Amino acid sequence: MTDAMPAGDRKPLAPPVEDTGMIGWARKNLFSSWGNGITTIVLIVAVVWVLNGFLEWALFTANFTASTGSECRGGGACWALIREKFRYIFFGSFPYEQHWRPLFAVIAMLAMLVLSADRRMWNWRLLVIWGIGSFVTFLLMFGQIHIPLSLILFVALVCGGAGLALRSALATPSERMAYYALIGIGAVGLVLRILGVLPKWSIGIAPLSYVETSLWGGLPVTLILATYGLAFAFPYGVLLALGRRSNLPLIKGLCVGFIELIRGVPLISLLIMASVMLPLFLPSGTTIDKFLRAQVAVILFAGAYIAEVIRGGLQSLPKGQFEAADAMGLNYPQKTLLIILPQALRVVIPPLINTFIGFFKDTSLVLIIGIFDFLNTANQALVDPNWAGFPGEVYLFAAFVYFIFCYSMSRYSKYLEVELNKGTRR
Amino acid sequence: MAVESLGSAPRVKVAPWNDPVIRGWVFQIVVVGLVGFLAWYLVSNTIDNLQRQKIASGFHYLEREAGFEIGDTMIEYSPASTYARAIWVGILNTLRVAVLGIILSTLLGTIIGVGRLSPNWLLSRICSWYVEAFRNVPLLLWLFLFYKLISEAFPGPRQAISLMWNSVFLSNRGVYFPVPMADPIHKWMGLAFLVGIAGAWLVARWARKRQEATGQPFPVISASLGIMVGLPALVWLAGGAPHHMSWPELKGFNFAGGTVIQPEFTALLVGLVLYTSAFVAEIVRSGILALHKGQSEAAAALGLSRGQAMRLVLLPQALRVIVPPMTSQYLNITKNSSLAIAIGYPDLVASINVTINQTGQAIENILIIMAAYLSVSLSISAFMNWYNKRIALTER
Repeated sequence: MTDAMPAGDRKPLAPPVEDTGMIGWARKNLFSSWGNGITTIVLIVAVVWVLNGFLEWALFTANFTASTGSECRGGGACWALIREKFRYIFFGSFPYEQHWRPLFAVIAMLAMLVLSADRRMWNWRLLVIWGIGSFVTFLLMFGQIHIPLSLILFVALVCGGAGLALRSALATPSERMAYYALIGIGAVGLVLRILGVLPKWSIGIAPLSYVETSLWGGLPVTLILATYGLAFAFPYGVLLALGRRSNLPLIKGLCVGFIELIRGVPLISLLIMASVMLPLFLPSGTTIDKFLRAQVAVILFAGAYIAEVIRGGLQSLPKGQFEAADAMGLNYPQKTLLIILPQALRVVIPPLINTFIGFFKDTSLVLIIGIFDFLNTANQALVDPNWAGFPGEVYLFAAFVYFIFCYSMSRYSKYLEVELNKGTRR
Repeated sequence: MAVESLGSAPRVKVAPWNDPVIRGWVFQIVVVGLVGFLAWYLVSNTIDNLQRQKIASGFHYLEREAGFEIGDTMIEYSPASTYARAIWVGILNTLRVAVLGIILSTLLGTIIGVGRLSPNWLLSRICSWYVEAFRNVPLLLWLFLFYKLISEAFPGPRQAISLMWNSVFLSNRGVYFPVPMADPIHKWMGLAFLVGIAGAWLVARWARKRQEATGQPFPVISASLGIMVGLPALVWLAGGAPHHMSWPELKGFNFAGGTVIQPEFTALLVGLVLYTSAFVAEIVRSGILALHKGQSEAAAALGLSRGQAMRLVLLPQALRVIVPPMTSQYLNITKNSSLAIAIGYPDLVASINVTINQTGQAIENILIIMAAYLSVSLSISAFMNWYNKRIALTER
C-alpha cells in the first residue's frame, strides 16, 4: 500500500504529440491517407501560385496614385482608376456637390435594413422604422416631396380597413368607431376627389433642390430597387399565395396563371416589356418615369417568386390550424391574419431573405433598359477614354461591394434559421 | 364550406349574404370583373395608341426581310433572310447555350458539391470559397468581367496564343481549332451514334433485369460507352477512315479554316456555368447530407463496393432530394441565358430586341418571347417532373 500512489495523484499521460495540436489536426484533416496527402500538396502549390500571381498584380506592382490611365499602363492593377471614379461608381450622375444626399440616403436605408433585422423590432416598430427611413431616403434623393391629398385619403382608407379586419373582435366600441370613421373619411374623400369636388391639393416639403430620377445612379438606385421592390412585392406575393391556396376556382386560376407566366419568362423580357409596352398601355400623353417602370417590373417579378416561397410556408402548416380557426368562428381575414400568416411567415423568413439576395443581384439587369444602377455606373466608368483598358479592376471592385452585401445577408439568414428553430429543436 | 362537409347534418338556413358559397361567388365575380376591367382598359388604350402612332399589327412582318447581321449562327442566315428566320436563329442560339450550360454546370457543380464534403480540409475550404464567391455576385457582373477579359486581355489574331503545336489559337476574336473536312461519312457516323445510344439503353435494361433476377452485376457503363463510341468508329473505318482536317491559318487580319468559338459565346457559357454550378454544388451537398449514415454502412455491410454503394444505394436516394431544386436551376440557366443581350451574343432576346426596334411591333414580339420561353420552361419542367416521378419513393 505504501509504494502505490494514491488514486488522486495519478495523472493521465498526455496524448501522443502526433494526435493533438497543429500536427494532430493536420494529420487528421490534411494527410489522413496517401491520396489525401497528394491532394493537399497539389492544392497548396496551386493556391500559392494563384495567390502569388494575384498579389503581385493587385498589390506589389499596383498603381494607386496615377492621375491618368496611361501612367498606369504596363504595371499591375490600376487602383488609381477606382480612386478617381469611386464617387461616380457609388452615386452616378447625381449633382457632384450634392453627393452627401445619396450618401445619407444609403446610410438611412442601411440603418432601416439593419434595424429590421433585429427580432425585437418585429412589431409595430417596424412600421415606424420603415416610415421614417423611407421618408428620409426619398426626401434626400428627390430633395422635395409633395404628398397629394388623394394619397392621404387612400392611406386613411387602408389603415381603417386593416384595423377593422385585424382587430374587429378585440376592439372596444370606440376603437371600432375610429376605424369606421377612417374608412368613411377615406372613401368619401376619394370619391369627392375623383369627382373633382375636392381640389388638387398637396403638402409640399421642399428643403433641398429637386433632383429627377434620371440623374440618380449607383448604390442608392440598386438599394431602392431591391428594397422597395421587395417591400411592395411582399404583400402582393402574400395575396397571390393565398389566392393560389384558395378554394375559389376563378381566384385560384388567376393567381396560378399569373405566377406561372411570370416565373416562366426571364426578367429581361419583363423589363423590355415595361420599357416598350407600358407606354402603349396607358392613355396617350401620360408618361411614366423610367425608374418607376423598372420598379414596377421588379415588383411584379418579385411578387410571383415570393408567392411561391410563402406557399411553401402555408403548405407546411398542419390542417388542424385551419380547422381550429374555423371552429373558433373566425372569419377568413381573421383566420388568415391572426392564425395562419403569423405561423406560415415565420417558417419562410430565411428563404425570403435568400429570395431578397437574388433580387438584390437581379436588379443589375435594369442596365439593359438604361437605368444607372451600381453595375451600370461601374460599367460607365470604363467608358472614359483617359482610363480605358482596366475592366478587371472596376469589376473586381464592384464584385467586392456586391459580395459584402450578399454575403452578410446570407450569414444573417443562416443565423435566423437557427434562431427561429430554437423552439422546435431540443 | 365546413358546414357542407358535415354531410348528413341538416343545412342551417342562413341569409344569402351570410352564405359562404354565395359570398365566395360574389367575391370572385367582383375580382374577375376588376381584372377584366383593367385588361379592357389597357387593351383599349393600346389599340388607341397603335392607331394614333400608325403602327401595323399582326405577324405579317415575320415574312419581311430582316436586314440585320447576326454574328454567330448555327443555320444558314444572311441579312436578306426573313425576320422569322432571324428569330429562329436566336431561339437556336438560346437553346445551344442553355443545353451546354445545363450539362456542364451539372458536372462542375457535382464535383464541387462532393468536394465540399471531402475529408480533406483544404479541398472542402476551396470548394466553399468558390461557392460563396460566385453565389454572392450578380451573374451579369461575371459576364461583363469574362467578356472584357477575353476581348481585351487576349491578343489580336496576329499575336494569337497558339496551343497544341499550332493547331489551337486563342485570340480576342475567339478560339480557333481544327475540324475534320466535311465528308458524307459524318452523317452515317451520327446515325451510328444514335443507334449506339439505343443499344446502350437496351444493354442497361437487360443488365438491370439480370441483376434484379440473379444478383450478377454487369459493367454497364463501360459497355455502353463502348457501344456509343465503337459503332461510329466502325462506320468511320468502313468508310475508308477519311482524315483530312481543316486547319486554322492566319490569312490577312484573321484566321481562315478550322472553326471558331466566338468570344461572346465563350464568355456567356463560362459565366453561366461557373455561376450556376455554385448553386448546383449546394443542392448536391444538401442531397448527400440528407442521407442517413446508416445507408452507406448498411451497403458496406452487404459487401457492396464503394462504387456499387454509390450507384445502387446512395445516389438513387440522394436524387430524390436533388431533382426538384435542380429543375429550378435548369430553368434558371435557360432564363439567365437571356443576359446574352448585354454582351452581344445573338440569343432570342437580342434578335427580338432588334426586331422591335426595326418594326416597332412590340406586342407581337413580346408575345413571341413569352411563348418561346414558356414552351422551353414547360418542356424542361415536364421532363424533370417525369424523371422525378420515376425516381420517387413508391410506398404501397
